[in-house]
Amino acid sequence: MDPLLRIVDLHKRFGETEVLCGIDLEVPRTQKLAIIGPSGSGKTTLLRCINYLEKPTSGHVYIDGTLIGERQRNGAYVHLSDRELAKERAEIGFVFQRFNLFPHLTALANVAIAPRRVLGLGQQEAEARAREMLTKVGLGHKFDAFPERLSGGQQQRVAIARVLAMQPKLMLFDEATSALDPELIGEVLRVIRQLAEEGRTMIMVTHEIQFASEVADRVIFMDEGRIVEEGPPDAVIRNPSQARTRAFLTRLSER
Amino acid sequence: MIEFLSVYRQHFGEWVPELLVASIGTLQLMALSFMLASVIGLVVALMRVSRSTLLHAAAVVYVEVLRGLPALVILFLIYFGLGGIGVEWLKFTSYQAAVLGLGLQGGAVLGEVFRSGIEALHLGQMEAALSLGMTPATAMRWIILPQAGRIVLPPVANYAIGLLKDTAVCAIIAAPELMLRAKDIASSSFRPMHLFVLAAVLYFIMSYPLSIVARRLEARLARAR
Amino acid sequence: MPVAAPKFWAVFWAKLPYFLSVLLGAAGTTIKVMLGALAVALTLGLVVALLKLARLAPLRAVANVYIEVMRGTPALTQLFIIYFGLSDLGIDIPPVPAAIIGLGMNGAAYVAEIYRAGILAIHEGQVEAALSLGMTPIDAMRFIILPQATRVMLPPLCNYAVSLLKDTSLASVVAAPEIMFFARQLVTETLLSMDIYLIVAVIYLSMSIPMSRLVAYLERARRAWQ
Repeated sequence: MDPLLRIVDLHKRFGETEVLCGIDLEVPRTQKLAIIGPSGSGKTTLLRCINYLEKPTSGHVYIDGTLIGERQRNGAYVHLSDRELAKERAEIGFVFQRFNLFPHLTALANVAIAPRRVLGLGQQEAEARAREMLTKVGLGHKFDAFPERLSGGQQQRVAIARVLAMQPKLMLFDEATSALDPELIGEVLRVIRQLAEEGRTMIMVTHEIQFASEVADRVIFMDEGRIVEEGPPDAVIRNPSQARTRAFLTRLSER
Repeated sequence: MIEFLSVYRQHFGEWVPELLVASIGTLQLMALSFMLASVIGLVVALMRVSRSTLLHAAAVVYVEVLRGLPALVILFLIYFGLGGIGVEWLKFTSYQAAVLGLGLQGGAVLGEVFRSGIEALHLGQMEAALSLGMTPATAMRWIILPQAGRIVLPPVANYAIGLLKDTAVCAIIAAPELMLRAKDIASSSFRPMHLFVLAAVLYFIMSYPLSIVARRLEARLARAR
Repeated sequence: MPVAAPKFWAVFWAKLPYFLSVLLGAAGTTIKVMLGALAVALTLGLVVALLKLARLAPLRAVANVYIEVMRGTPALTQLFIIYFGLSDLGIDIPPVPAAIIGLGMNGAAYVAEIYRAGILAIHEGQVEAALSLGMTPIDAMRFIILPQATRVMLPPLCNYAVSLLKDTSLASVVAAPEIMFFARQLVTETLLSMDIYLIVAVIYLSMSIPMSRLVAYLERARRAWQ
């Protein structure tokens, strides 16, 4: 059976700088993958290439065996437009570091809008699903709140509910807790852990090494656009074989 | 001074009703131009932010040209210029030329206003919408434009006030509005000062409520930040 | 459409130098009116701005009424009042000065607001810091407030100058010998309305577009500095 996600020789260049230098990756169904590494290592760019918020300079991305983001025309590969990408993106959930909730909509409306306008659900159905997801993340009492009235942790949970309402095959978390005050991180990590236990396929870019080691099945350490080391948390985090991995983890624990 | 004011008492009954009727013409002209300008402005703004270099360039040229010309020149080009070519359907009446001219220029002004409203929104909003699987069009319709609309209300209100005053320029191509009427009565009664001051008062009465609204909108937006 | 006739074009090209000489000559008056009105607006605007920031309520009221009235009535009406209205009362003002005064007084209301915004943009804390470092108020004004305020005020002032350039066309109705005035005369002579007004449009654009570019450049420079 095809892995859920397959990335083949992915390169990404921004102007003069090459940020991703040939990434190959396979993620089977139900795997929880954590990506760690220093800033500038390309982790976020890699994640954004998966749902094509960034268009790779070269290389391919396959979801469930199907090539996404590109079409073949006369033997050459051509990137799809945002309009054509919409369908593919609906199956991938992306949780942003800065939440990116829609400020003019209540929490309920934030979660219901995509099922309504993208999946074509009726108003009642979409709102029922939204209520279910918001309750699931512990915000059943905040349906009518606007984002500005919610704490950072609450906003991020709404953002997660918003993604869940689309029933995605794959969930991507881009440093989901990095923009949160320390005391709010816990509530979000709890939700992510719960999702992990439900058997979802998840890729998490994170600085929460402890959390990663508890929740992830597999950890990847990236540096300077390349995968330096990968394996189960026991190996990569507790017993890294590469010097660079060790250096990074030591620096982090010193903070 | 007293003599000056007594002239008003004499002629009040004949001047004011005529000028009030003409004011309605002014308001109508303003309303029509405003609607035309809003439609054009929205189109121009969307062209400006689109990825197509052709649309983007066309919008830039449109805005530069129409904002770089005096309203009077635009009106003359439409009324006398197009009218003088000899093609029947281009012979606009002065009223049509006025609406068209003010609307086209307003489209350029509002185009820039709408564009800055759209661009004021964080890129993150668009990305969030796209990653949920929305097409750019859907994202514009439900996420970007509703928010941008709120942001642009104060400058749009200010534009409306300017538009009201610009209708006066249409008197020069003899469009039926307040200034033209005032000019006509002034020449037939030989009382230019009285008539023009009266016209000024009427313009003020029309624009003042708008400026209060504009100021309230600005205050509300400032508070919401 | 006469444009197809080759004879028409021959006549047009033959007359073009004449048209240009008339219109570009008139551009001189346009610029004169613009600079004159700008000077009036900048000075009168400063007075009004200071009045608005005055401590005495009546002074503030005068400034507010002035601004409301000037901004609440069309510039054209104001020009008519100054040129036709005053002459009716026995005060005859020639076209160009009337245009300069009219547009200048109108502009003063806008400029006053720009000055106010510029002064308010400087944090009070900066003045306090300057004074507690031992600067005299005049020093503080020279070295701290004015440089920053100027940077804030320059783009809107240049924007105002561009709109003033376009407003000079209104002076044609009070017979000021600027571009539109001569253009209308040429059209009456030659009946080549589209052509003449297109030339006029090009002349205005060639003045206003560089000015707008300058404003955009100043805006970018200001944002970079901030």
